[in-house]
Amino acid sequence: MSDVLVVSEHRRGELRDVSLELLTAGRELADALGGDLHVAVVAGDVERFADDLNRPGVDRIHAVANGEEFDHTVYAAAVDALVETIDPTAVLAPNSVNGLDYAPAVAERLDLPLVTDVLGFEYDDDGLTVTREMYGSKVETSVAVEGDRFCLTMRGGEFAPAEGVGDAEVESVDVETPESGARVKGFEEVGGGDVDIADADVLVSVGRGIGEEENLELVEDLADALGATLSSSRPIVDNGWLPKNRQVGQSGKVVTPDVYIAVGISGAVQHVAGMKGSDTIVAINTDPNAPIFDIADYGIVGDLFDVVPELVAEFE
Amino acid sequence: MKVLVTVKEVGVADDDFEIEGTDIAASDLEYDLNEWDDYAVEAGVQLAEAGIADEVVAVTIGPERAEETIRMALAKGADRAVRVWDDAFEGSFADVASKVDVFEAIVDEEEPDLVLSGVQAADTAFGATGVALAERIGFDHAAVVNDLDLDAEAGVANVHRELEGGIEELTEVDLPAVLTVQTGLNEPRYASLRGIRQAQRKEIAATDLADLGLSPADVESALTLTEMYEPESESDAELIEGDAGEAAGRLAEVLREKGVDA
Repeated sequence: MSDVLVVSEHRRGELRDVSLELLTAGRELADALGGDLHVAVVAGDVERFADDLNRPGVDRIHAVANGEEFDHTVYAAAVDALVETIDPTAVLAPNSVNGLDYAPAVAERLDLPLVTDVLGFEYDDDGLTVTREMYGSKVETSVAVEGDRFCLTMRGGEFAPAEGVGDAEVESVDVETPESGARVKGFEEVGGGDVDIADADVLVSVGRGIGEEENLELVEDLADALGATLSSSRPIVDNGWLPKNRQVGQSGKVVTPDVYIAVGISGAVQHVAGMKGSDTIVAINTDPNAPIFDIADYGIVGDLFDVVPELVAEFE
Repeated sequence: MKVLVTVKEVGVADDDFEIEGTDIAASDLEYDLNEWDDYAVEAGVQLAEAGIADEVVAVTIGPERAEETIRMALAKGADRAVRVWDDAFEGSFADVASKVDVFEAIVDEEEPDLVLSGVQAADTAFGATGVALAERIGFDHAAVVNDLDLDAEAGVANVHRELEGGIEELTEVDLPAVLTVQTGLNEPRYASLRGIRQAQRKEIAATDLADLGLSPADVESALTLTEMYEPESESDAELIEGDAGEAAGRLAEVLREKGVDA
């Protein structure tokens, strides 16, 4: 009891960044609880991953070498078995697409209160309070969690990745996994095609603020005038107005151009994850509170339908 | 086959809003069908149109106000709806397990072969109810589905799960199953006038906890919302002032400094 179990994540042979961030979060929580930090690594090349995860602050690494890739049945069974032996106070999983494919099932099975998409936490005599967002990132909230044990899924990019080399014990764990009713058949990379937006030096990126498909001409003109490539946020692709290979964000491409011009994009966290590494970020948006201005270097609070034609004229 | 679609009425905050206590003021919220659920409803209706689903039932946990929203799901083609509400939910910050308690009872009654849930609700963004429900009711599941091909004869759903970074996982899920539906799975239709008229005659069964054999203690939440606030702006953006022409002129200078020029 009072230990923390972190469940790491990897995909197609690579440990994902969020795994090292979870170590930092897990260590902080373990310190507050006065317990040890355990790390689970499930499936694939567990020895190599365990090496990578062996950072200062990690007390024990549990390697479950069942299967090659993510399978929620295997992950749930592995976490279930480890919780049984470790009896941790907290289970920490990434708030990723795969994390959300098993963590809610584990929390349900073990009757643990679950809080997802956690940005930060505080643990004191009153118990656990976590910070998370609501209403599309427009507000932050504090949520008090009742209970002696809990499961949290942590948003990526909120904690610094753990660095250095640790001296945790690595033990391999045999877990019997039931036959899965969901079988992974393979992977597909989307977003091939004519253009790789990740190669562009200048991106003009369009979002929901454009309103209608026929208005896209406006931003196409801007991209032409600037010699830039056109990209977009998710809703534009969901609507079928631009192909998937133009999508910037968590589920699309991660881009790092010299200049990124966000036109009518509010800057939801999933979008920002795909473009925050751009050298210079310009935002044009009517809403002065839009989160895109938090990461922009230059901003125009104004109507894109007024500003963009003027900007096109400047370059013609 | 019977399809159950979980839907939620969500509040969408205006650009300018006030926080009252631990929520956004009701006058600064517009209520709408959750965007993800719109895609889930469309997926259910398309299965009915393809002759795969015999019935599409929408279920929601929400106050009477939510009937307007759930009627939108009916207008888009769901056959009937169940709305669950109870004083016990009033002012409570429902956790995943208490929502699952309710949906489990509905599943026991309706006995669906397929449950479709939106990946997340736009307001609370937990993104967990569908998968937790699957665990409770012994269905298999797939989270964040952006492509669905249902083979009723073989009893499987062939899905794509949208992973991060433009990678999709191709997965075969045994039915009965819960799928959480990602935006972009399909093109949700607008309700036609005819659909809206028909929806007026469709049933929305109002149900409370007692009807479902549950007590308020069953749905007691382990979570309490203790604070809500606007995040501090971390902006150090240089805001370019002036009318559109002036602002565009200054921005053009900046862009040229950064080496942008066709």
